Amino acid sequence: MAPLLELEEVHARYGPLEALHGVTLTVGEGEAVAVLGGNGAGKTTTLRAISGLVAASGEIRCGGERLARAPERVARSGIAHVPEGRGIFEELTVHENLRLGAYLDRRGFFENYERVCAHFPWLDRRRAQQAGTLSGGEQQMLAIARALMSRPRLLLLDEPSLGLAPIVVREIFRILGDLNEKEGLAVLVVEQNAKLALRSSSRAYVLEVGRVALEGPSSELAENESVRKAYLGY
Amino acid sequence: MSEFLQQVVAGLASGSIYALLALGIVIIYRSTGVVNFAQGEMATFTTFVAWTLVDHGVGYWGAFGLTLVIAFVGGIALERIVVRPVEGRPPINGVILTIGLFILLGGLSNWIWKAEVRSFPPSRPFPTSAWDLGGVAVSEQDAGILAVTLVLMTLLWLLFRYTKLGLALRASALNPVASRLVGIRVGWMLGLGWGLAAAIGAVAGLFTAAASPPLDPNMMRPVLIYAFAAAVIGGLESPVGAVVGGLVIGVVLNLISTYDTHLHLDLDRVRLPIALALILIVLLARPTGLFGRQVLRRV
Repeated sequence: MAPLLELEEVHARYGPLEALHGVTLTVGEGEAVAVLGGNGAGKTTTLRAISGLVAASGEIRCGGERLARAPERVARSGIAHVPEGRGIFEELTVHENLRLGAYLDRRGFFENYERVCAHFPWLDRRRAQQAGTLSGGEQQMLAIARALMSRPRLLLLDEPSLGLAPIVVREIFRILGDLNEKEGLAVLVVEQNAKLALRSSSRAYVLEVGRVALEGPSSELAENESVRKAYLGY
Repeated sequence: MSEFLQQVVAGLASGSIYALLALGIVIIYRSTGVVNFAQGEMATFTTFVAWTLVDHGVGYWGAFGLTLVIAFVGGIALERIVVRPVEGRPPINGVILTIGLFILLGGLSNWIWKAEVRSFPPSRPFPTSAWDLGGVAVSEQDAGILAVTLVLMTLLWLLFRYTKLGLALRASALNPVASRLVGIRVGWMLGLGWGLAAAIGAVAGLFTAAASPPLDPNMMRPVLIYAFAAAVIGGLESPVGAVVGGLVIGVVLNLISTYDTHLHLDLDRVRLPIALALILIVLLARPTGLFGRQVLRRV
């Protein structure tokens, strides 16, 4: 069976600047995969290439088939992307944000809404609140909730821990772990918080300067000498 | 007293036309973030198209409907071809572009149809009778214009507030990238906004031509100013505000004209400056308008 997501020798550029120099990675059904690396390594660009937000060459396949190169069509393939900076609609209410998350799902808003509120109960209480007035952690949770409203097969998360207090981050990753284990949701997480990312994933890639420098099971990478020195601080 | 009420009703009718044009401005602003200064000239152009259709033998109401469709398609085409490049750019680009469109369309209307005196509609399909409501004469034409405006406003409010499409239209303007990630075809949404606004503008133009003959290429120029005053009262974002603003301006201006003759203040020449002053005051004192939602952002 073809993997859920495959990237093969993907190059991506911003104008004259090439940010990815041939990235190859895969995500299997129901797998939790982490992408690590320092600033400018190309982690965010990788996710943007998958979503079609940046022009990319090379092969990107979903379930064996070539993935369309436009964000709205990638969303239709069951891939939900929570971008850097969360990408919520700040001027709209919590409820409207969630309605937008369910834009593609024809099966019905209410069923998804209940499922999502089971993970984030406070969303229902604050449905009329303007999204821009939520705290950082709440906005991140809203962004994830919105992505879940479309019943995706794969969740792309760009730096979910950025700017958040540790206790909030732990809660978010706990929920992600639940989603992955209990509902079989595949997750591809880009994270600078290497320790957290390796603990929450089964496999990981380390990007450096737009290429995959290391890959393997997360437990092994956590023990890897160079990874420890560069990203785990010991 | 009954003359006062009569003038109020007449003012509501002319105010409805300002409200319709203001609605078009608000829709375009909400869906594409562009302030459309060409809204009036677009209405003029489509009204002349309607005249041409009638001139070639199409019945008035058939031409009316056909013109709405043409305006809708034209609006979409305008957005995709001309306006798309400035969306998401600094607002000044959109301002310059739509002012350019204003000049272009105005020039086109004058050039194609020349400044002849035409009556439109040619054979008064609007009933000229008036109803007597407790001593106040309400012309059927005025009532019809007011009714159509209220219906359109209600439909639009329902669209934006309660439908998936309306939400997608708003989202596309607020955050195109996030909208695409959610699966919205943002390009179509933007075109749809302009198409809707163009169709509504066409209605405004057709009503203006019916209410104040003869048909004149410059007929929408003052209407545009009043419409902007109305739209600004609504904070450029609120359809309800635009309509209420339009009706209020229509009534106030009509009353000024009426009582001016009694007071000999010659205020009639000051109608446009009053509207412009109103725009200035609202933008200075309460830029989000009397009806706009104040958007808070957490820093």
